[in-house]
Amino acid sequence: MGNDIFVWVEQFRGQPVSVSYEAIGLARRLADAWGGRVTACLFGEEGIAPLAQEAISYGADRVLLAEDDTLADFRLEPQVALLAQAVREADPAVVLIGATFRGRELGPALAVELDTGCVADCTALDLEGEQLVATRPIYAGKLMCKCLVPERRPQIFTTRVRAFPKPEPDTTRRGEVVRVQPVLGEGDIAVKVTDFLEAIGGVSLADAAVIVAGGRGVGGPEGFAPLRELAQVLGAALGASRAAVDAGWIPYEHQVGQTGKTVSPDLYIACGISGAIQHQAGMRTSKVIVAINKDPEAPIFKLAHYGIVGDLFKVVPALTAALRARLG
Amino acid sequence: MAYRCIVLVKQVPDTANISGQAMKEDGTVNRAALPAIFNPDDLNALEMALQVKEQHGGEVTVLTMGPPRAAEVLRDALYRGADRCILLTDRKFAGADTLATSYALQRAIERVGSYDLVFCGRQAIDGDTAQVGPQVAEKLGIPQITYAETILALRDGEITVRRALPNGRETVKCTLPCLLTVVGSANRPRPPSARKMIVYKLAATPLEYPELLQKWPEFETEEALDRYLSERDLRIPVWSAEDIGATEDKVGLAGSPTRVLKIDYVVLESRESKEIPPTPEGISSLIRELVQDYIL
Repeated sequence: MGNDIFVWVEQFRGQPVSVSYEAIGLARRLADAWGGRVTACLFGEEGIAPLAQEAISYGADRVLLAEDDTLADFRLEPQVALLAQAVREADPAVVLIGATFRGRELGPALAVELDTGCVADCTALDLEGEQLVATRPIYAGKLMCKCLVPERRPQIFTTRVRAFPKPEPDTTRRGEVVRVQPVLGEGDIAVKVTDFLEAIGGVSLADAAVIVAGGRGVGGPEGFAPLRELAQVLGAALGASRAAVDAGWIPYEHQVGQTGKTVSPDLYIACGISGAIQHQAGMRTSKVIVAINKDPEAPIFKLAHYGIVGDLFKVVPALTAALRARLG
Repeated sequence: MAYRCIVLVKQVPDTANISGQAMKEDGTVNRAALPAIFNPDDLNALEMALQVKEQHGGEVTVLTMGPPRAAEVLRDALYRGADRCILLTDRKFAGADTLATSYALQRAIERVGSYDLVFCGRQAIDGDTAQVGPQVAEKLGIPQITYAETILALRDGEITVRRALPNGRETVKCTLPCLLTVVGSANRPRPPSARKMIVYKLAATPLEYPELLQKWPEFETEEALDRYLSERDLRIPVWSAEDIGATEDKVGLAGSPTRVLKIDYVVLESRESKEIPPTPEGISSLIRELVQDYIL
């Protein structure tokens, strides 16, 4: 077994996913500490080759590049088959995968293929002696669990979005790009994608620097309108609590919380969200939290850095107008 | 055509009620001190399976792995319409991580026999790993559809499913058998039926017989109770590691490549929170502070 680190680089329709570069940055720091190489695995449809140089600029020494239409649209079977083969050939010590909804499926599936351990959703990964120790939140983020993969290799970790810093890209970095071929042909793949309807509403929650989110307090689907306006002024993504999603006011892809997405933006503006523990689990690590709620006892105020007790239908438009005046 | 459905469910501690007292001195979680509930997404998985059965015919088998008291979620599944239940329990399973858990579930599913569809909730609220579903599918060597929200079509050995992905909705087709992990927005789980509660309230695993005999001393012996329950299809079978032909070094702690070092309770202290009045001045001062702190 070598000291190398593999990083699976996620992209969708040619757009790289930021957490993959965060993972390359983490891999680079670990590899520098123990003297190994960083290999980025970039498997997708024809036309993704330019991302190989990008992966190198973020810290990869080598890129395994597969361009084939069977690898489009992220399907688990062809991705896991190719990644497992690449790992078997190179025998790296560690595989890092961004903990997106795709990565959280690929990591455990790869662990079965290679009969090893996968630690999901790590928020920290530290070298203690010779051993990597991962920290991950459990029980809706109320407990932090430290765990490791003591013996089997490779150790697989999925890294939580925005938990690790994204390095500054260095476009002068040079690396090697190695072409690889898919393992499965179309005939070997059971799952066929027949349609994809991209969520409307602009900015994706996972990568958003600012999120405006609504809960039960918005009162109905039309109650999201002032939140959308605020989001537009801020270039923010629109989030929601489970209560609002369950009520059918807004689609599931906007849900933040334990059964939705985990986000970590610079600014999270919670409007009419009481702040159940399950919601907190999905947004607690936001850098700054602003809560707007008419109930002064709402638990969200315990978490918020700034609390505004008031009617969101007055406060949110006022905030939008003030920001529009200030930011233009 | 009728579909043989297997639903994997888990009894989980209610994370809404966890506190520092739920921690044991050695830093592990004292599950026994927490209220135990049916994992929420698993109820959606069960509902999806019940709807397949209602629309196409077939049967729904519910399987759980856990301590003896996990029989509670199996009875709940019977109240909601499951045809039969199996409890997978054994001290040898203790300490299992997701890999060892999926191995045991794979062996149990194979012992159930042939199946068309395996359903599970997208994730459990205690571990939050969302790993067991994908790993069971890999172990079984069958394709999987995660984030399943709606079954659009089911015919000719093929299923069409709409997935609720964080970035949109994707429609996929897949051959059977396959495994689905079901999201919370998929459906509204039916409540337990009063009629079925009357029928199944006696349903029990043999591990519960000693307790039942105290309640119904008229049965006198476990054998008599067992005969009575078996004749009425109220006996919930219990499978051990041996029953599913599991290799010892692949289950429990021995079969787990990951190890927990320690668990810390996150003290949710109140942040230094600043109250902003809901006035134009208050809002301007908030914006000014956010700009000064480079947040905006």
